Amino acid sequence: MKKTVYKLIITSLLITISGVNVFAESQPEKKDGFNPTPQILHHIADSYEWHLWGNVSIPLPVILYSEGSFDVFMSSSFHHGKSKVTKGDRVYKIEHHHIVEENDKKIINLSITKNVASMILSTLILLFILGKTSRSYKRKKNAPKGLQSFLEPLILFVREDIIKSNVGPKHEKYAVFLLTVFFFILINNLLGLTPGAANVTGNISVTFVLSMFTFVIITISANKGYWKHLVKPPGTPIALLPIMIPIEIFGVFTKPFALMIRLFANITAGHIIIFSLISLIFVASNNGENVVAGWSVAPISVLFVLFIFLIEILVAFLQAYIFTLLSAVFIGLAVKEENH
Amino acid sequence: MITFDPGLIIWTTIIFTLLLIVLKKFAWKPILTAVDERNKSIEDALKSAEKAKEEMQALNADNERILAEARIERDVLLKQAREMKDKIVSEAKDQANTEADKILLSSKEQINNEKLKAITELKNQVADMSIDIAEKILRAELSDLNKQKELVTQVLKSNGLN
Repeated sequence: MKKTVYKLIITSLLITISGVNVFAESQPEKKDGFNPTPQILHHIADSYEWHLWGNVSIPLPVILYSEGSFDVFMSSSFHHGKSKVTKGDRVYKIEHHHIVEENDKKIINLSITKNVASMILSTLILLFILGKTSRSYKRKKNAPKGLQSFLEPLILFVREDIIKSNVGPKHEKYAVFLLTVFFFILINNLLGLTPGAANVTGNISVTFVLSMFTFVIITISANKGYWKHLVKPPGTPIALLPIMIPIEIFGVFTKPFALMIRLFANITAGHIIIFSLISLIFVASNNGENVVAGWSVAPISVLFVLFIFLIEILVAFLQAYIFTLLSAVFIGLAVKEENH
Repeated sequence: MITFDPGLIIWTTIIFTLLLIVLKKFAWKPILTAVDERNKSIEDALKSAEKAKEEMQALNADNERILAEARIERDVLLKQAREMKDKIVSEAKDQANTEADKILLSSKEQINNEKLKAITELKNQVADMSIDIAEKILRAELSDLNKQKELVTQVLKSNGLN
């Protein structure tokens, strides 16, 4: 009963959030005055430098592999895309926010972009926090204290309520991945909410990797029953098999796909909403021409931003929870013993 | 943002894999083991507390039982003692009674004997005295001849020989 209510709340929240998402995407484009779209897209996109405010940005290392050699230099060499960088006979420039070679040579871009840097930062924070917690367990076996008492319920919640109850008796093996993925998504979601931070979990490449981890784990650990379900779903009339088998096989790929899209869309949507609401001020003031209108919209806008921000904090936990929960459920389905 | 960026994919894979390995070794294993151990020790402590409580209860019940037994035993002993006392007293009474009877009987006998003895003695003495008196009287009577004659006559008279 309690679980049903819980699920209902989560579902309704998800629906609400996706509804807001549609609203955000349908922001009308303005021909004149302030156009928020490129601003917003710039803020949620990856970049080669960490833009802080105004003209201040932290240059990040660019690592390019081209024709058997690595070219490493700082992104400041591009001067915000205004200049080209020449390394040997290769000339690099930024075109539409991407690094290209002038003579169309193939390059593999392994740059530490804003997202990568943010991910490294969040990983270090996570290692620090969890390492500290782990050490406090080693020292003494008293009741949890400080950071430990905050993280322990979270860790145990993930282990007991997400992993143990969904994966089944073989949960021990998957606890490491599921716990790591939960905290990785959580810390990146939360860091993404800080001003000037990157939009790591709102980037489809990142969510793609995370969902691929789930997919690979499901595929590796799947037992005979799982594969049998694909080619011969039990209890299905033979006439329906030509439809059911493709659907089942399709389902194998939709599961990680849904994981990838859900996390990406939710986090990106949240960022877009916040930026849009802030942009409202500048839209109303027509980019500084109508100061009165700007100031009159500002309080409402700030209130809304605050509201959405609080929701985003909830979403940060929620999406980490959902990704982990669904991964656990999918793994549980793949490893469960057949009992019918 | 929405396009797949191979560089970011590679970096994410590397970072996440490293995070998995490092966290597994330095965070999840120690934390989960410690938590499990703590849970186990708490469970053990609770169990042993429960056991101690049960033992305590058993001990209390035992004490109560022993006390009750002692009470019963005391009652039995008291009852026995009372019975013994009654028996001894009644026995003593009986014995005293018989003894008294015996003494009474023997005293009566003795008294009888004494009485008989006294009577016999008295009889003897009376006989002696009578003989003595008779002798004396006879002596006195027969001291003169007349009198002797008279007596003989008298006796003869009384015997109808006359």
